[in-house]
Amino acid sequence: MELLIFYPIAGLCVALALGVILNTSPVGSAMCLIGMMLGLAGIFVLQQAHFIAVLQVIIYAGAIMVLFMFVIMLLNLKQAASADWVSRDKNLYITILTSALAIGILYKIVDVTFMADLDSPAELPDTFGTVATVGESLFTDFVLPFEVASLLLLAAMIGAVVLAKPKLD
Amino acid sequence: MDWITEFLDELWDFIVQSLADNIPLIVGSVKAVVIAVAVMSVVPFLVWLERRLMGRFQVRLGPNRVGPFGFGQPMADTIKLLFKESIIQTSADKFLFHLAPAVVVFTAIVAFAVIPFGAPFEIFGQNIELWGANINSGILFVFAISGMGIYGMVIAGLSSNNKYSLMGGLRSSAQMISYELTLGLSALSIILLTGSLSLVDMVKAQETVPFILIQPLAFLLFFIAGVAETNRAPFDLPEAEQELVAGFHTEYTGMKFAMFFMGEYINMVTMSALVTLLFLGGWNSYGIPVWPIVSFAAKVVFLLCVFIWLRSTFPRIRYDRLMTFGWKVLLPLCLLNLLITGTIKVM
Amino acid sequence: MEPIHAPESIDLIALAPVLVLSVFAMGVLVLDLWAGKNKTLLMFVSLVGLLMTAISAFAKHPLPAFAFTDSYIVDHLSIFFTCIFTLSSALAILLSAEYNERKGMKAGEYYALILLCTVGMIVLASSTDMIMIFLGIEIVSICLYVLAGFRRDDPVSNEAALKYFLLGAFATGFLLYGMTLIYGSTGSTNLFKIAEFIKAEGAPSSPLLLMGIVLLVIGFGFKVAAVPFHMWAPDVYHGSPTPVTAFMAVGPKAAAFAAFFRVFTEAIPNMAANWEILLCIVAVLSMFVGNLGAIMQTNIKRMLAFSSISHAGYLLIAVIAKSAMAGSGLLFYMLTYAFTTFGAFGIIILLGRKGEENLEMENYSGLAYKHPVLALSMTVFLLSLGGLPPFAGFVAKFYIFSAAIEEGFVTLVIIAVLNSAISFYYYLKVVVFMYMKEPAGEFQISMTPMTLFVVIIGIIGTIELGIYPDPIIALTGLN
Repeated sequence: MELLIFYPIAGLCVALALGVILNTSPVGSAMCLIGMMLGLAGIFVLQQAHFIAVLQVIIYAGAIMVLFMFVIMLLNLKQAASADWVSRDKNLYITILTSALAIGILYKIVDVTFMADLDSPAELPDTFGTVATVGESLFTDFVLPFEVASLLLLAAMIGAVVLAKPKLD
Repeated sequence: MDWITEFLDELWDFIVQSLADNIPLIVGSVKAVVIAVAVMSVVPFLVWLERRLMGRFQVRLGPNRVGPFGFGQPMADTIKLLFKESIIQTSADKFLFHLAPAVVVFTAIVAFAVIPFGAPFEIFGQNIELWGANINSGILFVFAISGMGIYGMVIAGLSSNNKYSLMGGLRSSAQMISYELTLGLSALSIILLTGSLSLVDMVKAQETVPFILIQPLAFLLFFIAGVAETNRAPFDLPEAEQELVAGFHTEYTGMKFAMFFMGEYINMVTMSALVTLLFLGGWNSYGIPVWPIVSFAAKVVFLLCVFIWLRSTFPRIRYDRLMTFGWKVLLPLCLLNLLITGTIKVM
Repeated sequence: MEPIHAPESIDLIALAPVLVLSVFAMGVLVLDLWAGKNKTLLMFVSLVGLLMTAISAFAKHPLPAFAFTDSYIVDHLSIFFTCIFTLSSALAILLSAEYNERKGMKAGEYYALILLCTVGMIVLASSTDMIMIFLGIEIVSICLYVLAGFRRDDPVSNEAALKYFLLGAFATGFLLYGMTLIYGSTGSTNLFKIAEFIKAEGAPSSPLLLMGIVLLVIGFGFKVAAVPFHMWAPDVYHGSPTPVTAFMAVGPKAAAFAAFFRVFTEAIPNMAANWEILLCIVAVLSMFVGNLGAIMQTNIKRMLAFSSISHAGYLLIAVIAKSAMAGSGLLFYMLTYAFTTFGAFGIIILLGRKGEENLEMENYSGLAYKHPVLALSMTVFLLSLGGLPPFAGFVAKFYIFSAAIEEGFVTLVIIAVLNSAISFYYYLKVVVFMYMKEPAGEFQISMTPMTLFVVIIGIIGTIELGIYPDPIIALTGLN
C-alpha cells in the first residue's frame, strides 16, 4: 500500500525535477520546483514524519519559493537568454562527458538499491515525528548544531544585507 | 433468472460488507464533500452580507431589488459571470493563466479541512467529529496551505503579462510573506499556552476562559495580520483600484475572475474561524445555552461583520507604510509578546 | 508537559572560544551603529576579541575533552588550529585597515564577517560530527562569498564572489550528499561511531559508503582548492580584495584541512585502502597543475593562487599519511604558511595604491634598487613558500614529507620534492624581476604602519620557525 503511494509521488518528483532543468522559462522552472517540494513533503508523510512534511511545505514551498517567484517577477524574466549555450561544441563534449558520468553513477545507485535487502521497516514509537519529539531532540542531542545553525543564518543575513544594501556608509 | 438474483444478492452483500468495513472512509468522504459544498455556498451569502452592510455603513440601501432583501443578487451575479465570455489576451501564458484561479480556490478550501467547528457527537452509533481531518499539527497545516495560496496571486500576476498584474502580484507576495510572520508568531503564543498544535486541543484549553482575555495583544496582532493575509481593506494593496486597476486579476474575466473572489471570501471565513478557535474559545459558549455549533457560527459571523466594518471604515494604507508597519511594529510586538508569554510559562 | 532537562554533555568551557568570538562578532555589529565613519575602534575590538579567543582556547583541561555527546572535541589539533585561525584573522584585519580605507570599503560588517568566519573555522576544526562539520563549512563559505564580493563597485570582485558562490554551493551539495550516503550506510553522523561501525563490519565495500567517500573527497577537495576542483581559485583569489585573498588562502584553507584530516583519519581510516589512491591522484594532480599553472601567470595574485593549489597538494600528503606525526606536520605547515602568505600579501598591498593595484610582475621590476628591504622581505617569503632552508617553509615540508616516508609513501614524496623544485622557477621569476630588471616607473609606496607591522610579523615568523622551530614543534605535539 505504501509503495503504491510512494512510486507515483517519487516518479512525479523526478519528472518535476527534470522539468526544473529542462524548462526554458524561469517561471516554469520555479513552478516545477514548487511541485517537487510538495512531492517531497508527501514522501516525508509516508515516512511518518508529519511535522517535517509540514515544515517542508511552509518553509520551502511557502516561503523560499515565493521569494524565488518574487525575484523572477522583479527581473521580469521571460525566457532563458542563453539559448546558444548548448550549441557550442566544447559544451557539447562536456555535456556528453558529464551525462555519461551521471548515468554511470545513477546505474550504480539503482544497482545498489536493488541489491539491498528491503526488510520490513522498524516499528516506530507512537511519538515519532511529533513536534514534541523533534523539539526535544533538537534541544538535547542536537543543541550545538541547532545553535551553530543560528550563527550560520546570522552570517548569511549580514552577507545579504552587505551585498544588497544600496549604500554602505 | 436465478443466477441474476443470486448475483445481485452477492453484490448487495458485498456492497454492504465493504460499506461496513470502510465506515471511517465513507464518513470522511461525506464530511469532505459537505464541508467543501458548505464553504463554497457561504460565498454568495457573504457577498450579499458585505454589500448590504456596506450600504448601511455608507447610509444607502445596497442591493435590494432582486428577491427579498436582495437575496437574489449574488445568484444573478453568478449567472452573469458564468455566461460571460472568457477573454484571454494572446500574450498571456495560457497554462499558468488558467492555473492561478484554481490554485486560489483549491488552497482556500483545503485550508478549511482541518478547521473544527463543533464538539464531536454520536449518530447511528458512530462518533462523528465535526472537522474534516484532525491533523495533530492542524494549525501548521492551515499556515502551510494558506502559504501556498500566495502562488495563485503570484502566478496570476506573472502570467497575465500586464504591468498592473505584475505589480499586484509583487505586492501580494511581499505583503503575504511579511504578515505571515506576524500571523505565525502570534499564534505561537497560543501554542505555547496550550502545548499543542491541534486546534481541537486549543478549544479544549479555553473551556473556562477564552484566550482573548489572557492574550489580548496576540489577538490584536493575529487579527490585523489575518486581515492583511486575506488581502482585505485596509490592506488590499494588491488590488488597489486607484493605482493598479484591479491588481493581479486585472486581465481576468467571467468565472475565473469570480474564483479569485471566492478564494478571498473563503479565506475570510477560514481566518474568522481561526480567530474564533484560537482566541474566542471556539464552540465553548460560556454558560449561554446554545448548541456548540451555533456558538461557533455566531462568533464567526460576528468576525466576518468586523471584516466588513473595517473595510468601510479605514482608508487603504500606503504601500511603504504597510511594509514598515508589518516589519517594524507588528513583528517586534509579536516577539515581545512571545518572549513574555514564554517567560511566564516557564516560571 | 514534563520539563526537559539539559543534557549532561553541555560543556560551555569546551566551547569557550566559539562563544567568546561569537559575542565579539555580534558586539562589533552592534558597535558599528555608533562607530560612525571611522572604523578603527571596530578593528581594535575585533583584535581584542581574537586575542581573547586564542586565550580561551586553552581553558579546557585535561585534553582531549569531549562535549555535546561526542560531537565536539578539544584536543591538541583543535587548540593549535584555533590559534592559527585567530592569528590569520588578526593579520587579515591588520592588513585590511589601510586597504579598506584606500578602496573606500568602510562597512563595519567587514570585521563582523571575518570574526564570524573565524567562528566557523573553529567549529570546523573542533567538530567530530558530520552535521557540525557541515555547518562549520557553511559558515566559513558564506562569509567568504560575501567578503570576496566586498568591493561591490568592482566587476572583478563581483565576478569572484559570484563564481565562488555558484561553484561553492555546488560543491557543498556534493559534500552533503556524501555525508548523507555515509550516514545512510553506517547509521551515524558521529565520526567515532562511523569508525566503530566500519571496524565492526571489517571495512565493508558497500558501494554507497564508497560513493559517500568519493563525494566527500570532491566536497573537501573544492574547499581546499585541490585539482580537479580548483577552477575557482585563480579568479576568486584575483578578484577578491587583497586582504581577503590572504585570509582565504590561510584560515579557511587550514580549517578545511583540519576537517579533512579529522574525517579521513578518525572516521574512515579503515577504508584507507579505498581512498588512499584517490587522494594520491588528487595530490599529485594538485601539485603539478598548481606549479605548472603558476609558471604561466604574470599577475602575482593569480600566481599565488596557483601556488596555493600546489600547497594544497603538499598538505594532502599529510592527510594520506594520516599518522599523528602527519597531523603535527599539518599544524606546523599551516602556521608557517600563515606567516609567509600574509607577509607576501602585505607587500603586495604596500605596492598598490589608490586606483592602481600594481599586480603585474612588471610592476615589481627593480624594486630592489629603490626599496631593498621590501624586496628582500618579498624574496624571503617567496623562498620560504618554495621550501628553501633556512626558512620556515623548508622545515614544514620536511616534517610532512618525513611523516609520509615513515608511512611508506616514498613515490609520493619524490613527486612532491620534484614539484618543490619546479615551484622555484616561478618564485624566483619574481625575485629576478625585483633584482635584475630596471625599474619601469616610480614606486609610490605608502609605508603604512599596520601593513608594515604585518610584514614584520611575517618576516619574524618565517625566519624564527625556520631557524629555531623546536618550541613550536613541541607545541604541535610532534616530540
